[in-house]
Amino acid sequence: MVPLPFYLVLSAILFTIGVAGVLTRRNAIIVFLSLELMLNSANLTLVAFSAFLGDATGQVLVFFVIAVAAAEAAVGLAIIIALFRNKQTVNVDEINIMKW
Amino acid sequence: MSLDTVFFSLLALSSVVTALLMVTHRNPVMSLLYLIANFFLLAVLYLTLQAQFIAIIQILVYAGAIMVLFLFVIMLLKLGDEQQIQEKLSVKKVIAGGLCLAMFAELGLAFSISENHASSIVHPRSEELGTVETIGRSLFTRYVFPFEAISVLLLAAIVGAIVLAKKRFH
Repeated sequence: MVPLPFYLVLSAILFTIGVAGVLTRRNAIIVFLSLELMLNSANLTLVAFSAFLGDATGQVLVFFVIAVAAAEAAVGLAIIIALFRNKQTVNVDEINIMKW
Repeated sequence: MSLDTVFFSLLALSSVVTALLMVTHRNPVMSLLYLIANFFLLAVLYLTLQAQFIAIIQILVYAGAIMVLFLFVIMLLKLGDEQQIQEKLSVKKVIAGGLCLAMFAELGLAFSISENHASSIVHPRSEELGTVETIGRSLFTRYVFPFEAISVLLLAAIVGAIVLAKKRFH
């Protein structure tokens, strides 16, 4: 049987890859996709703990995290569409009119 | 090297590879497809942890609805390849890489130290924990308040998305 730290380290690796994607990519859509990867790595941690501790609370929380991720993706993509309508770009480097 | 460990290693390696490909690819549609592959691999990982409901929900909702929404937006905005992936090693990328390595070191250290001897085997009750019945019972009795709150959140998200994305008719 696979011990628990294996799942946790895999989740840490995926989370780190997601953070690297959020920090380095210039396309706003790819930033959102990396954010979804981070949320999924947290889901993996929750499900792993739920299986190893015998508590269903972890999986119920995963259900809520997936619902929240869906809501956040919808609103975030609406913001990106509104942004694109005004500036014709999704490159986060070019969205700098509030810089001083 | 039992069959469980081999299977888990294959799944873990594939999910890390697809995640890396997702983060580094230039075309946003290909990135999205790699992320969908990653979600399918994660769903299989949930199945190895006997979380059947969450695995199916992951495929239906995450890979089937949220990613399709992303695809709609990518196609709507007609986003092509990301121009000038800066190949030069800028200071920002070095700092980002350093931060990621530090965070991974801290997380790996925290997760590898397990003094609880029960963390070597899956809990014997986990087979019946992953079913729809158990999750549903827990969701509608003990966690009914967050469940109703989530429905209000989804309503707020729908209203917000429509208001933000509609054209202004002057």
